[in-house]
Amino acid sequence: MPPGITLAADAPQLSSANTGFMLICSALVMIMTPGLAFFYGGMVRVKSTLNMLMMSFISLGIVTILWVLYGFSLAFGESNGFIGWSKDYFGLSGIGLVQLWPGYSIPIYVFAVFQLMFAVITPALISGALADRVKFTAWSLFTALWVTVVYFPVAHWVWASDGWLFKKGVIDFAGGTAVHINAGAAALGVILVIGKRVGFKKDPMRPHSLPLVMLGAALLWFGWFGFNAGSWLGNDDGVGAVMFVNTQVATAAAMLAWLLYEKLRHGSFTTLGAASGAVAGLVAITPSGGCVSPLGAIAIGAIAGILCAMAVGLKYRFGFDDSLDVVGVHMVGGITGSLLVGLFATGGVQSTAKGLFYGGGLDQLGKQAIGVGAVLGYSLVVSAVLALLLDKTIGMRVPEDDEISGIDQVEHAETAYDFSGAGGGTAPRKTVSVPGEAAANKKVDA
Amino acid sequence: MKLITAVVKPHRLDEIKQALQAFGVHGLTVTEASGYGRQRGHTEVYRGAEYTVDLVPKIRIEVLVEDDDAEELIDVVVKAARTGKIGDGKVWSVPVETAVRVRTGERGPDAL
Repeated sequence: MPPGITLAADAPQLSSANTGFMLICSALVMIMTPGLAFFYGGMVRVKSTLNMLMMSFISLGIVTILWVLYGFSLAFGESNGFIGWSKDYFGLSGIGLVQLWPGYSIPIYVFAVFQLMFAVITPALISGALADRVKFTAWSLFTALWVTVVYFPVAHWVWASDGWLFKKGVIDFAGGTAVHINAGAAALGVILVIGKRVGFKKDPMRPHSLPLVMLGAALLWFGWFGFNAGSWLGNDDGVGAVMFVNTQVATAAAMLAWLLYEKLRHGSFTTLGAASGAVAGLVAITPSGGCVSPLGAIAIGAIAGILCAMAVGLKYRFGFDDSLDVVGVHMVGGITGSLLVGLFATGGVQSTAKGLFYGGGLDQLGKQAIGVGAVLGYSLVVSAVLALLLDKTIGMRVPEDDEISGIDQVEHAETAYDFSGAGGGTAPRKTVSVPGEAAANKKVDA
Repeated sequence: MKLITAVVKPHRLDEIKQALQAFGVHGLTVTEASGYGRQRGHTEVYRGAEYTVDLVPKIRIEVLVEDDDAEELIDVVVKAARTGKIGDGKVWSVPVETAVRVRTGERGPDAL
């Protein structure tokens, strides 16, 4: 995000074009969370499909409310560099209709709702590592606590014009550190506390619906244009357009790279590989797409595709159950993209900072490393502590029997698919109570 | 009477059905099944993790016939089911004591 400091004399006017564009971008980022739910939901076994979908979906509820209440204020209020607070932002109630976000041509309301969507998807990203085994109440509480003590502050460090990482010159266009490394490191912290799924490395745990995974990846890819191109908050200087192009280019390169790696290493081009490669590319170009050329974007995408394809195998070697590879794709992809800024930044797009390959030396790489390290370390430790706290109080995991028989039934009283032709297999046991006719339970022929 | 059971590759179902109809069989029961024989399963790869899928999808066809037709019918099924590749399946028969047509109460060969 660009610096929001402008002189009063050339203060921008409200732009309807930018405002309209940003509202559309906000809606695009919103669809990424359900997209992520499908991406993850297809990858789990049948018995925990709904729980996986709900772990993402619930974030649209919880985080939205918290963001309006105090999240926006913590993330983008006036600050000491580490955390913000402005009482006008509390409840988004002290903001004028056409009051502009300082330095930009869009209303604060628009900026707040755009950033809201980022806050929603980030904790949802973590859920992929926790498949099949976490109590829904514990997850919901974790989401609320995590955004409060991890996401809101980290977003502040990285994106607020007073944030300490922003002031250090760390480049994170759309969330390589604040969203992806943050979520990936949190996932790692939580799984180190809660442990593996029953049967990890013994039982087959193959994805139950790859078409659902592809659908999710497609929605993510589509929504990501809003996520990335929208992060410049307007289109007056062409940077957002470059970001849009680079998003497409890097994603294509990463998908091809992952597929190629897989073909050489395991013998086949898989659909899961294509979907995963695309997401790895999207993650890697997120911090970097605003400061590189399209050729740089190809390189970043290809490198991320291969590194992530290699990284997803590590969980079996180290024995930590990162169920759907949140660490392998989001943390590794985020680190890759963030650090490659230090090599591929041309100095001619979002800022004048140049990377190593463009004669800028190692200066920017050093700054990027500070950003990566700070977010990774903070998120990993605090997330682990939160998980430990919840585990010692209400317990993070469902009982082993429930996990084996399937978390959908236990936590949601539903199953994802009706496999019985006539509905006989899932017929009600005796009676169905119809709301409003509680007194006379209706008998239903099954 | 004999009960002939065939566990075969799913894509052979239509061929077998046609062959049975041509032979004059009036009814059959088909269920989806899974299992393995000498061919064992196959391997699938998800994000580099290889899974051996032991149980391969099959269909199980059951037909009741009179004793005299049994051997010939088995040949008909085997011929229609064969692809020549590993995993074609098995066909067997067992004696059946009685059969009843539910609607009419007819018993024995009349019920077929």
